[in-house]
Amino acid sequence: MQQSLDRPLPEPITPEARPYWEGLRNDKLMLPTCAKCGPFFYPRVLCPTCHSRDISWIEASGKATLYSFEIAHQALNPGFKVPPPYILALVELDEGPRLLTNLVDVEPDPAALKCDMRLEVVFERLTDAITIPQFRPAGAKASEGGA
Amino acid sequence: MRELSNAACIVGAAESDEIGVLPEKSPLSLHLEAITNAVDDAGLTINEVDGVFTAGQYTPATVAEALGITPRYVDGTYVGGCSFMILVGHALAALHHGLCDVTVVSHGESGRSRVGGPRARDQSLNSQFEFVYGFYGAPSYFGLIATRHMHEHGTTLEDWAQVAVSTRAWACLNPRARFDQPITVADVLNSRPVCYPFNRLNICLVTDGGGAVVLTRPDRARDLAKPPVFVRGAGEGTEHVLMTQMKDLTFSQATRIAGEKAFRMADVEPGDFDHVMLYDAFTAGPPIMLESLGIARPGEGVAYFADGRSTLGGSLPINTNGGGLSYTHTGMYGIFPIIESVRQLRGECDARQVPDVRLSLVNGMGGMLSAAGTLVLANEA
Ligand SMILES: [Zn+2]
Repeated sequence: MQQSLDRPLPEPITPEARPYWEGLRNDKLMLPTCAKCGPFFYPRVLCPTCHSRDISWIEASGKATLYSFEIAHQALNPGFKVPPPYILALVELDEGPRLLTNLVDVEPDPAALKCDMRLEVVFERLTDAITIPQFRPAGAKASEGGA
Repeated sequence: MRELSNAACIVGAAESDEIGVLPEKSPLSLHLEAITNAVDDAGLTINEVDGVFTAGQYTPATVAEALGITPRYVDGTYVGGCSFMILVGHALAALHHGLCDVTVVSHGESGRSRVGGPRARDQSLNSQFEFVYGFYGAPSYFGLIATRHMHEHGTTLEDWAQVAVSTRAWACLNPRARFDQPITVADVLNSRPVCYPFNRLNICLVTDGGGAVVLTRPDRARDLAKPPVFVRGAGEGTEHVLMTQMKDLTFSQATRIAGEKAFRMADVEPGDFDHVMLYDAFTAGPPIMLESLGIARPGEGVAYFADGRSTLGGSLPINTNGGGLSYTHTGMYGIFPIIESVRQLRGECDARQVPDVRLSLVNGMGGMLSAAGTLVLANEA
């Protein structure tokens, strides 16, 4: 079920990031990858490590660890309507790159969260065109709503 | 690089006529007030200014036009709030090479009242990879740095709160500071939660204001109104803009690079300073800067605040103007710590004057420790 839009949609989608957003539409987390150095993020026309322009795409496993987090207690963006508190997270994918995201299916409470805890991706469909990757504790049960 | 050490002096430093909440003033007016006041402080006239350096909402051309002058050297480097430290470093090089003779570095920002139009910048990366999750504005990002530091070093909420307490104590001694009542660790911990791990009192003010400094070469500087403050060293660096690109959230590579360069130019060691100004948009900033600059070991920066070293009478007074936390913070705060350092080195600070200041460190950040600018300032060459 598509929930009413409670957050600003990504706008504009940049050309370099289209495979990422197209992948998400099919519940796949796609990462740009360098033949020599492996995956990186965000999408760009060169590898930020060796500067090769030979970039392809791979599907990530969706497994990650929590690198760091915050708990928003007030709306920080007037266009973001998810009722606080919600979790702002920086996760490190098992493939290496880091993403900013939200944690769901876990209490927005420092006592329930620990850096380096194991996470797995969940796909949140915002519109027919836009799905975003969020994360939950590995093995957690899905709950209704959340950030 | 060593030949740049002491090649220029700060000869004038001032805020706009007022700082605080100024809904009747455009940012451009704040620039013009600050420049007028800083040029007066130096005993110079605006017509003698031939180098215009600024960052933010206006290009140097707009500031020069508003001043009614035609500079022969301009710089608009814009990498966040530390741009002003970096611009002082650029002024050092430009003055050394004779590219201009009298440089003004100026700031004006209606951060609180939002007078004037917004800046237009490409935010497509932020929109795609940050805003859709609720990240937006500095308080939604900087806590990531603090949380990871807590995890790796055992830093506590009480430790961060000590930074706010120490800085407020200095603000109580500064008549220009926005806050003039002391606070305790409990006050910080009980203030309104904004974005864990930060409560309201962990986060800087949002104000309106301007500031400017004037620089010239030492031969000219010696004949002006105030004792010259020598720029002994300057450094800059950038690491990232998006938080996903900062390799180690507990340590700022940009700050390390900026500090190492400034210290080498000045021929000083990290432990040589008797006064320190650190850009404090959040309480976690100054301790991590001490660590990244090599003044404190990793994880030990907070001890400078907890044990009183940072306070009046302490061995390393830090943020003696009351900081972005309690004095003023317009959005790009970087000009104000430079002004305070100049005043301390001149001995103009009355109740908050640090005795016998000879060597002062000013370190700024842009973004979330994304960029850095470091200055080593001294009252003797
Ligand atoms: Zn590569």
